[in-house]
Amino acid sequence: MKPRQKRFMFIAVAVAALALVVGLVLNALENNVSLYFTPTQVFNNEAPHGRSFRIGGLVQEGSVKREADGLTVNFVITDKHKSIPVVFKGILPDLFTEGKGVVAQGRVEADGVMRADEVLAKHDENYMAPEAADALKKAETANAAAAAPASAPAAPAAK
Amino acid sequence: MAINWFKYSAPTTFYGLAGKLIPWFAASSAILFVAGLYIGFAVAPADYQQGEFYRIIFIHVPASILSMFLYLVMAGYAALGLIFNTRLSAMMATAIAPTGALFAFISLWTGALWGKPMWGAWWVWDARLTSELILLFLYLGFIALHASIDDPRRADRASALLAIVGSVNVPIIYFSVKWWNTLHQGSTIKFSGTSMHVAMQQAMFTVLAACWLYAIAVVLARVRSIILERERNTTWINELPEVRS
Amino acid sequence: MSSLDIWMRENPLAYVWLGSYAVAFLIFAIEIAMVIHKRKITLQQVRLMREAEDEARDDKSGENN
Repeated sequence: MKPRQKRFMFIAVAVAALALVVGLVLNALENNVSLYFTPTQVFNNEAPHGRSFRIGGLVQEGSVKREADGLTVNFVITDKHKSIPVVFKGILPDLFTEGKGVVAQGRVEADGVMRADEVLAKHDENYMAPEAADALKKAETANAAAAAPASAPAAPAAK
Repeated sequence: MAINWFKYSAPTTFYGLAGKLIPWFAASSAILFVAGLYIGFAVAPADYQQGEFYRIIFIHVPASILSMFLYLVMAGYAALGLIFNTRLSAMMATAIAPTGALFAFISLWTGALWGKPMWGAWWVWDARLTSELILLFLYLGFIALHASIDDPRRADRASALLAIVGSVNVPIIYFSVKWWNTLHQGSTIKFSGTSMHVAMQQAMFTVLAACWLYAIAVVLARVRSIILERERNTTWINELPEVRS
Repeated sequence: MSSLDIWMRENPLAYVWLGSYAVAFLIFAIEIAMVIHKRKITLQQVRLMREAEDEARDDKSGENN
């Protein structure tokens, strides 16, 4: 082998080995790399006990209730399988809406309710004009109305 | 296939070629920046969720893409230099690093400004943001390592190794939003298509092209200075018109 | 809510321009200035070296004659 090929082989093997090591480490650390746990993971006892952590999911439709003081908010985070109620006292981000992504940090008390110290909104990767979004929503509800009588368990609507 | 690539990879010819190309890249970059920002702010509509704030995307996404691609290009040149011992490759890698670092910084900075009004936080330690921060540190590490070794050939070799090892981070940045739960949203531009309004796309891709041309112009200008500095003892440098005068 | 939070919501476009685009273009401008400066300095150094070499050669040839 020429020295040039030797050097090439050395670099190729080194990079492949390194990628493998990094991949294995990241795989082992999966739960530490992830920013939040889903409600299903919390129910499966994969989330830490007795310390603060983050739960991420969607704000369940119709679950947002403000208390009389105007600051405390109750809502439910869901991943469509399991859901966890959250109490938060503070200012919510602008994008916090029912049916949209949210990440809340806090402790889950014995009653199964999370007392959150921080609520962050998670937006999606779709960008469109307000009119386009309205048209899409109308089409979706029309579709849902047409499909509902035919099949009782509503088909998962397109995002 | 009759082109002699080694001719253009020699600093002697490359120096002159780069000098001729720089004004073209710089001018077309400026034109595309103006066009892209015009489309982005005058033509593209507000977003249905994020209102006007989403307009940060027209600089944020191109800067992020450039910071990742420039790293791969830099690592590629560093590897070429290491394997073939060509003089120009190592010089190109050194010339790319500062521009890549600046794009990584712009990406993080504009991302923070976007995160505050939309997410409710300037910064979170999620996988996407953290791996992009590591990318910035890799660039800074490359620059610092290269600067700390006096012998240029040894500096080239040491920093090349760092660049090659660090390139593992680039796919991690790209796939982080897929592999882990992150606050950062998924990719808008996917291999399968783009989930974005047409005018917004046009603005973003125009600014992306502008950033590419800008990066090429700046890197070529920087590599010309590096060639001058490193080859100052050769006769061809001493015969250049700008040196003779 | 801090005054910055209120200001950015009232002037989103000013926030986007001043915060992101002005900063990005300022960084580009600084980078361009640094590249031009580096070119100037390097050319100066190379010219100085050449002149010094020429002088040294002239001196030598003078001695020989």
